[in-house]
Amino acid sequence: MSVGTERETWVGQAVLRLEDEALLRGEGRFIDDLDPVPNAYHAAILRSPFAHARIRSIDASAALELPGVVGVLTGAEVAAMSHPFPVGVENAPASYCCASELTRYYGEPVALAVARDRYVAEDAVELISVDWEPLAAVVDAVTAAETDALVSDRSFSYGDVDTAFASADVVVADRFRFPRWSCNPLECYGVVADWTGDSLTAWANFQGPFTLHSVAAAALGLPGSKLRLITPPDSGGSFGTKAAVYTYVVLMALASKKLGVPVRWTEDRLEHLAAAGSATARVTDLAAAFAADGELLALRYDVIEDVGAYVRAPEPATLYRMHGSLSGAYRVRNVAVRNRVVVTNRPPTSLNRGFGGPQMYFALERTMEIAAGRLGIDPAELRRRNLVRDFPHRTPSGGLYDSGDYEACLDDALELARYEERRAEQAAAREEGRLVGIGVACVVEPSISNMGYITLAQTSDERTAQLPKSGNAEGATIAINPIGGVTVRISTTPQGQGHRTAAAQVAADALGVAPEQIDVLTDVDTSTSAWTVASGNYSSRFSGVGAGAVHKAATKLATKLRAIAAPQLGAEPDEVELRDGKAWANDESVSLRRLAGAAHWNPDSLPRGVEPGLHETAFDAAPNLEPPDADDRVASSAAHGFLADVAVVEVERDTGAVRVLEYVTVHDAGRLLNPLLVEGQVRGGFAHGAGVALFERIVHDDEGNLLTGTFMDYLCPTAPDLPPLTMGHRETPSPFTTLGSKGLGEGTTMSAPVAIANAVADALGVQALEVPLTPGRVWELLR
Amino acid sequence: MTHLELTVNGRRYREEVEPRLLLSDFLRHTLGLTGTHVGCEHGVCGACTVHVDGLATRSCLTLAVQVDGAEVETVEGLTRDGALTALQQAFHEHGALQCGFCTPGMLMAAADLLARGRPTREEIVDMLSGQICRCTGYEPIVRAIEQAAAS
Amino acid sequence: MKPPRFEYARPESLEEAVALLAEGEDAKVLAGGQSLVPALNMRLLRPSLLVDLGRVRGLDRIEARNSSVAVGARVTQRAFAESPLVPPLAAEALPHVGHYVTRNRGTVGGSIAHADAAAELSLCLVVLGGSVVTNRRTIPAEEFFVGHFTTALEPGELVVETLWPRLDGWRFAFEEFAQRRGDYGLSLVAVALRLEDGVVAESRLGLASVTDRPTLVADAEAVESLELWGNLHASPDYLRNLTRILVARAVARAAA
Ligand SMILES: Cc1cc2nc3c(=O)[nH]c(=O)nc-3n(C[C@@H](O)[C@H](O)[C@H](O)COP(=O)(O)OP(=O)(O)OC[C@H]3O[C@@H](n4cnc5c(N)ncnc54)[C@H](O)[C@@H]3O)c2cc1C
Ligand code: FES
Ligand code: FES
Repeated sequence: MSVGTERETWVGQAVLRLEDEALLRGEGRFIDDLDPVPNAYHAAILRSPFAHARIRSIDASAALELPGVVGVLTGAEVAAMSHPFPVGVENAPASYCCASELTRYYGEPVALAVARDRYVAEDAVELISVDWEPLAAVVDAVTAAETDALVSDRSFSYGDVDTAFASADVVVADRFRFPRWSCNPLECYGVVADWTGDSLTAWANFQGPFTLHSVAAAALGLPGSKLRLITPPDSGGSFGTKAAVYTYVVLMALASKKLGVPVRWTEDRLEHLAAAGSATARVTDLAAAFAADGELLALRYDVIEDVGAYVRAPEPATLYRMHGSLSGAYRVRNVAVRNRVVVTNRPPTSLNRGFGGPQMYFALERTMEIAAGRLGIDPAELRRRNLVRDFPHRTPSGGLYDSGDYEACLDDALELARYEERRAEQAAAREEGRLVGIGVACVVEPSISNMGYITLAQTSDERTAQLPKSGNAEGATIAINPIGGVTVRISTTPQGQGHRTAAAQVAADALGVAPEQIDVLTDVDTSTSAWTVASGNYSSRFSGVGAGAVHKAATKLATKLRAIAAPQLGAEPDEVELRDGKAWANDESVSLRRLAGAAHWNPDSLPRGVEPGLHETAFDAAPNLEPPDADDRVASSAAHGFLADVAVVEVERDTGAVRVLEYVTVHDAGRLLNPLLVEGQVRGGFAHGAGVALFERIVHDDEGNLLTGTFMDYLCPTAPDLPPLTMGHRETPSPFTTLGSKGLGEGTTMSAPVAIANAVADALGVQALEVPLTPGRVWELLR
Repeated sequence: MTHLELTVNGRRYREEVEPRLLLSDFLRHTLGLTGTHVGCEHGVCGACTVHVDGLATRSCLTLAVQVDGAEVETVEGLTRDGALTALQQAFHEHGALQCGFCTPGMLMAAADLLARGRPTREEIVDMLSGQICRCTGYEPIVRAIEQAAAS
Repeated sequence: MKPPRFEYARPESLEEAVALLAEGEDAKVLAGGQSLVPALNMRLLRPSLLVDLGRVRGLDRIEARNSSVAVGARVTQRAFAESPLVPPLAAEALPHVGHYVTRNRGTVGGSIAHADAAAELSLCLVVLGGSVVTNRRTIPAEEFFVGHFTTALEPGELVVETLWPRLDGWRFAFEEFAQRRGDYGLSLVAVALRLEDGVVAESRLGLASVTDRPTLVADAEAVESLELWGNLHASPDYLRNLTRILVARAVARAAA
């Protein structure tokens, strides 16, 4: 395909990924592949075998005698050398990167050994002896909420909820539990830390948000400029999880500082399963008030959020990420929520795909399904009657839904799923005694988080005492070298989403070259990259502000190229067109290479007012993301996609095995930058969502011991376990993002657990059920 | 230390290694062949899959000393002739990789399956039960292997 | 997750292997490594010496012997499955043993010696009335398995081969229920039947995973009175139900 002549854009095309070639050849560059400093020594971590215990003493003398061991760092030293991580709520226990006197979860670091290689480091860890005093553990969040483990308790009410409930014809109320799970990227955490003089250089497969760079710097007592954080070119998945690697950056930094050598640590799977940042477990009591015709009048949430042993930044953000979307996809005007955050003796939670969405929608969309039964209205129809129709739509809690056609998406989904026929087939199957169920979910998928929503954990008075927080800005840089090569540098820390390809497409459109002629650098270096506190790869923000920043930087550069070319072509700058690697006007052209040559080699030749050099940086921020207002309303995200999903399941009566016969998802994520990447994100999000629906959970026993400590017990779905997926798309551009695009990588992780649960509930004719719907659990429900 | 002589991707190596050194670590850290990845080190994820004498093998469950005298192939060896193989090309065309961390293991396991004849879709899916991917949802991988099988 | 230190030996003959095993208190046999190496990586075991069977001559043969098939200890699960001599019951069970890639290296002898209570091959060997030949004696399979990960092997004793009776004229069925393909099953059932004039004249019914070792039971009724272990994924009640269903399926299929 040739560029330009038809003014066809690269954006929107299924351009094959530029990332693939190197990865397919085994030439990816992941953190553990790199030797960024010579002679780094290997760390291994001693972790707590108890969920709650006092450390009476630690004796590392035997470890220090082992040949090849460089040294040991204990929690007591960590406490002396660093500060607790800053937290967004008061009352939370002080949290360091390593326990010193008290361990609060199974798997918590208590010391580390540094040695010649990982083998010897692990030998050394075994030689560190600890005198433990085990203490009683609290693992149940509801119990914890009655004690001083309750660290935040805030209530919000929008509209007139009480009146709405009083006037309701039908009220549905139930308790919904969402399990702790974790995205488990295939590559675990990795850090290399090099402390020299008074500053730290650290390499880590961190994924942002770069707010956590400040959190790490504060713990180390360093001004941000002295913490140079560099991410590798490739990262083996994250889905949010690798945000939490920052605590290990601090730990390895302290080891490097104490021992005077660079220190490297690659987390292994057992460590990851025990202690990496998992998703919050949530208990939600949700009551919903309906009129007899199905109108949803009010919602009242009462939420207990288990964030684990400490409130680790950015928690309790999981609880507030969806704050502007508490009303889901519906027009309901009255919404109340009580948010309680509790600490338990389980590992601290962090970002994971869906981030608050799976938990919230499990309660809301189960409730819609239950209500449909009570009201005698088809579940899809009940939703249709309540869907938001006019945009932009301001939700009761302050969210601003940008655009969409929710009803059309639902129609598409019902059609793709042959919903009416399926209902008939279901009736026939039931006649035969088969347990077939159909479940629906409608989900608004927020993207591009407002950094300010997290401050809702504080009262508005507390907020006014501080620097207001809002917005979500991202940066990008683009440069053309003296012989015309184009390099884009982004700060969105991709871990597989194809940002390199999409960024090249965006820049290619602005500069009139082909994407494969553009090099995109994805490694972020906080000393040299264009970044903001909001940078990173979370809340599906790339296609909004990430691509937006690339577009703006490339447009700046294109403007400059036109200005340079104009006199050479005897035209005005705005008459110059960039295409096919050349600047064109009056049927004449000059090559990009020549223009670059002029800018670099011959600055004297540049038109008046044009700066030499071809190097532009730009930042993009989505609009409408103000800090929370005095009434606690917040537009928690900039863009909102929509999904309508239908799941069809059959439950085997004998064994309780759930088979998903079909899963349909129809997405509207605004303008799609690259359909190939979109399909990948939807499929991947679905795999995680279906995983939670059917297999995945982190289980601790009553003493807080981990029962899902290996990949034999923590069940990631494999190829035979995932059902067929049918996808549909609509493209209603967002008026609020630079390219009209919205995020889409998390939607199916939000929708699939509840859509599948709804279908299983329908098949079994039961109301109370919990995911994952393991055969054993389903069979118990059948009894 | 134990003496070890083997061929990796057609090159001969002689090394002294500790008996406990895993083949995965030997390839990655002794030989610098970092294309082979490690995702679990207990045999479940398949990221570390390489070929030992033509058979797909978990390198995390193999001691380096066990492959003395063997011919080992890693993902780096697939493109010894330069171009991507049909299997790799199919992965590219079908979007069968995202982060690419599982990919070397996927390729090596699939190459073994393809070497045994033309697998059915069911056989491909069954083989993949031992290879975890957290990014793609597998369907594109299945399609890519189907395409390679057909070519 | 790196193994602790150990010594390593790679004997070429059985005698040499036996001698090496006798040397150290904590010497262990290394076969396919698919169970042993994960345990080493997790440092659940610390052998002083690993005796690698990889080059021991004669242990990689599959041959018909009398009315049985003799399978050398280091025959891989893949080679066993692909052998024309593979007993039909084992052929049905083998695709459930781990995954395609683990079967490339995992051995028949290793699976038997490892004695996981959920191992498919152990169950099949018991149901077929097979036996385990060691460097010292021949042990009937039913006596070989003593508990989860525990066998009748004594220090210095190793599995040389396993004997799989052909049971010509019998019919077989194997049933397993696992949460994911390739996982150790929650419940396993294997049955061998001999019909006379369409009526069951003889039968051997075995269970695994729900008990601490592969267990022969008289009939389906016996499932009701067994003491079953629950686990993270399944309650004892559920396992009993599952086992009941698998028994019914297996018996029906074998008799059909
Ligand atoms: C992901 C995964 C899934 C699996 N799923 C299953 C499954 O569903 N069902 C199943 O049955 N297995 C399963 N396994 C284990 C199976 O793959 C192993 O092959 C088998 O359990 C052990 O055989 P091995 O040859 O690998 O033995 P090794 O791992 O080498 O040895 C296992 C044990 O047996 C001893 N041993 C080995 N050979 C001898 C011998 N000749 N004499 C005396 N002792 C000996 C060793 O000392 C060791 O203690 C799985 C493994 C993995 C990694
Ligand atoms: S790293 Fe070897 S199977 Fe996971
Ligand atoms: S592509 Fe990321 S794990 Fe498969």
